[in-house]
Amino acid sequence: MNGKDTIVPGRARTFHGGTHLPEYKEFTVDKRIRLVPASSVVSLPLSQHIGAPNVSLVKVNDHVKMGQRIGEAKAFISAPVHATVSGKVKVIKDIFNPVYGKRPAIVIENDREDTMDPLIVDKDPESLSKEDIINIVKDAGIVGMGGAAFPTHVKLNVPKEKTIDTLIINGAECEPYLTCDHRLMIEKTDEILKGAELVAKALGVKSIFIAIEKNKLGAIFIIQKALRELCKRSRHSGTEVIMLKTKYPQGGEKQLIKAVLKREVPPGKLPLDVGVVVQNVGTCFAIYQAAYHKKPLIERCMTLTGSCLKEPGNFIVRIGTSLKDVIEFSGGFKEAPEKVIIGGPMMGFTQHTLDLPIIKGVTGAIFLSKKEMKLYEETACVRCAKCVDICPVNLMPTEIMRMVKHSRWHYINELYAKDCMECGVCAYICPSRIPLVQYIKLAKAEELKRI
Amino acid sequence: MAQLILSSSPHIFTRNSTSRMMRDVLIALIPAMIAGIYFFRMKAVILIATSALSCMAIEALSQTLLKRRITVFDMSAILTGVLFAMVMPPSLPVWACIIGCVVAVGLTKQLFGGLGCNIFNPALLGRAFLMAAFPAFMTRWNLPVTLDAVTSATPLGLVKFGHNMDINYGNMIIGNIPGSLGETSGLALLSGGVYLLIKKVIDWRIPLAYFCTVFFISFVSNISSPGIYAGPLFHILAGGFLIGAIFMATDPVTTPVTKRGRWIFGFGCGLITMIIRLWGGLPEGVMYSILFMNALTPLLNRLTRSKRYGT
Repeated sequence: MNGKDTIVPGRARTFHGGTHLPEYKEFTVDKRIRLVPASSVVSLPLSQHIGAPNVSLVKVNDHVKMGQRIGEAKAFISAPVHATVSGKVKVIKDIFNPVYGKRPAIVIENDREDTMDPLIVDKDPESLSKEDIINIVKDAGIVGMGGAAFPTHVKLNVPKEKTIDTLIINGAECEPYLTCDHRLMIEKTDEILKGAELVAKALGVKSIFIAIEKNKLGAIFIIQKALRELCKRSRHSGTEVIMLKTKYPQGGEKQLIKAVLKREVPPGKLPLDVGVVVQNVGTCFAIYQAAYHKKPLIERCMTLTGSCLKEPGNFIVRIGTSLKDVIEFSGGFKEAPEKVIIGGPMMGFTQHTLDLPIIKGVTGAIFLSKKEMKLYEETACVRCAKCVDICPVNLMPTEIMRMVKHSRWHYINELYAKDCMECGVCAYICPSRIPLVQYIKLAKAEELKRI
Repeated sequence: MAQLILSSSPHIFTRNSTSRMMRDVLIALIPAMIAGIYFFRMKAVILIATSALSCMAIEALSQTLLKRRITVFDMSAILTGVLFAMVMPPSLPVWACIIGCVVAVGLTKQLFGGLGCNIFNPALLGRAFLMAAFPAFMTRWNLPVTLDAVTSATPLGLVKFGHNMDINYGNMIIGNIPGSLGETSGLALLSGGVYLLIKKVIDWRIPLAYFCTVFFISFVSNISSPGIYAGPLFHILAGGFLIGAIFMATDPVTTPVTKRGRWIFGFGCGLITMIIRLWGGLPEGVMYSILFMNALTPLLNRLTRSKRYGT
């Protein structure tokens, strides 16, 4: 790399609150992404996104092609589901889903032919119009790949009254243990940039910021280099790389907008109300795949990590593959795990079984050993106010907790529990080991009851 | 494979705990304890030991009577005991000390709901009770090392009532002056304070606000009447200011949870301390100022909330 490639893009920006967590990324940060071959059976839940669940379009014993649409919903906020292998529909039944509980899923037996049913993209990707792009994203079933799985076409379909001036590409990956976005940025740089350009076109935006945390300097330099190459070929680059201080929860939409643009999203409103749209790097990659390779969302990158594994790593997995198969491909366990988390350690969900399909929003699976896992007993709150100081949304978790404990529900309105995004820093930092997030969730539930 | 554990997020935690924080405060008190024992000999040892053990015993007893879980070994009772002893005069009878512990732990803390629920600083309310009930014991001081009883008093008393402006700052820094067991040595207390700030156990805003207010008021009063009022260096080193500002006014349970609230708390303590010291009937005002601000803390918490995010 020449000298210009290693220049850091200015001072690291940040938001108020939050804290630097131990990163635990050394397990997988240097592991190249590996493609996991499709298993003999895939289970595709009809509900893999925020919004209305899909209805099956196929019956048992139907033959399906890879990429064929097999589930869709009429509602606006939804995303269709596609077959991720070609084969026969074995059964449609309720199975355990890592995020949404026991829900119906279409189980397909892989015929190992991988016969593809491509997306309909009849134009050259460079000349797609705004509407074309949004339709492709919708047809491809693309959802937010950072974990929330919000249907992307809804995000791109900005109402006429709102004007968007900035697109922020989320490369923060603030959760410990996870490295899939990092590896995607290093290994699929051009693809992500092309996907970002498509998103910018769909929004009618010229200004793109790619925001990356300081602990991923490798990714920052590679992306800067790629952008410089684009500039040389005289393609537009209103794209700028922004370096962020490594602090959790930097990857949250609102914290990202605050750090990059110093704008605060008002409570109850969306980023588009302050003129911004945020998209994860994984989502950009999926959009590139859809427009340039006519591939709907049938696979995703995820991190398999924790000291229990023989070979932790980053994998591209067909959606619907069982977690067990991914573990086996990676080399299996060297120690039985005590706790299995889907997602990151701060907001992820623990699982009671390994018999789960990898769905669209799964960013990683963490296997904690008995030594790494800690369960603490709650002790008395001493009002140290570490939770108040650390909350990125200016809440007072200790006060909310007290009001919930004493059922003083009328007072909770003043404390704005509904602003909480459940990031978990308050519970992380609490020296009394109080499960603050759970108390705030109780407060939220109670507030809903009283509306 | 054995059963997997399920729990709610987050799944990683800081290693810091409240017991660790209290242990750090005890460590920060070690220099002051050593100074106290050096200057006041066996009297100091007896009082510190009595106070620590009584507080633990009273906590265990109260929790048993109140049918609560016994948490005597979480370090909070022993910390209250040591802090309480540190603000006692050396010649306090042991039985009076035990009564003070009953008030401090039994009444101020356990009857109000236990750890985290008290409004007032337990050590200071215990002391306030003894001041009211046994004023003679609480105003009987000893010269350091020789332990001769002195009817003339602490430096604060000498300046205020004795009109004696002949101040030996060196003695005040080391601790070679009459006073409570733990409040005499400025150097020992300050080193404890630095340790607590580095370890992030206390919030720097309260001691800083307290310090600046005391400094400013004593500076102005000294300039206007140098023969009557002593200057800032004196007021910082004299009496219970250092132990109050570093160890008592920073007690998290009884102080505001917001940053702005803490600034106001520190300022209020400084203001009331100086009002009492300069114009009140007593030579020392630290205890009452902190207790008064403790009473205002719930109000401060309500009034100093941050504005809602995004508004």
